[in-house]
Amino acid sequence: MENLGYLFAVYSIIWVFFFSYLFYLYRKQQRLQREIDALKKDIITGKSG
Amino acid sequence: MNRKVVLRNNILLGLSLALMVAALYMVFIYVPTEKNMGVVQRIFYFHVPIAWVAFLAFFIVFVSSIMYLWKRDMKWDRYAHASAEVGIIFTTLVLITGSIWAKPVWGIWWTWDARLTASLVLWLIYVAYLLLRNYASEQAQGARIAAVLGIIGFIDVPIVALAINIWRTQHPPALIFEGGLGMPGLFTLLVSIAAFTLLFVVLVSYGIILKNQQEEISHLKDVHSEEGG
Repeated sequence: MENLGYLFAVYSIIWVFFFSYLFYLYRKQQRLQREIDALKKDIITGKSG
Repeated sequence: MNRKVVLRNNILLGLSLALMVAALYMVFIYVPTEKNMGVVQRIFYFHVPIAWVAFLAFFIVFVSSIMYLWKRDMKWDRYAHASAEVGIIFTTLVLITGSIWAKPVWGIWWTWDARLTASLVLWLIYVAYLLLRNYASEQAQGARIAAVLGIIGFIDVPIVALAINIWRTQHPPALIFEGGLGMPGLFTLLVSIAAFTLLFVVLVSYGIILKNQQEEISHLKDVHSEEGG
């Protein structure tokens, strides 16, 4: 089982990359959704006020 | 956010992860160890599918860019943009995994071989593609310039793919077409390709949701400022 370290490094890097990217997309989606909700609320209160 | 789209993406993500687990089992347990390279050859079963997905991503950028220039519909620009972002992630991983494979097999991390150099150029082209978009003064101008680069940049994809046939390179030949993998290897490779392709679809889909949200924010800000003024 020579060179097992290289194999381990490759698979670790792949998963770290993908999970980090998925997490980044998820966080950004949540942040943008909050911004959309806040803007909609502002527009509605602006109209009624 | 459209609940149906979110649900569809979550189902696709679950399917993709299930396929990944199957691919991991096949790569580490099912497929026999290669005689010459040993365990390090197993990197191939993730390196090649990742490269295939990177090509697919840039093909989508290419087609979407043509459609954008033809129809001038921002929907196509969002497809191209989201696909380019994911394509860069995959190309980065191709370069890293290839380099880690090269160290024990060739004794070096990197060499200016035709296939490797063309792959690095591909990565640089699409990094430039994203930078161009960010530096453009207006959205339509950025989309137009990016579309042109998305079409021209795609020329490098066949160069990367065919480099091993055109020039004398250190990079191994395409074992799939020479029957060098055997049935277990070929089957493992196909499962891995399916898993990464599905993951790509999910990531691009999430990317498009983000672009739609940004579009909605910009529209709402316009409405808000109009009402305020």
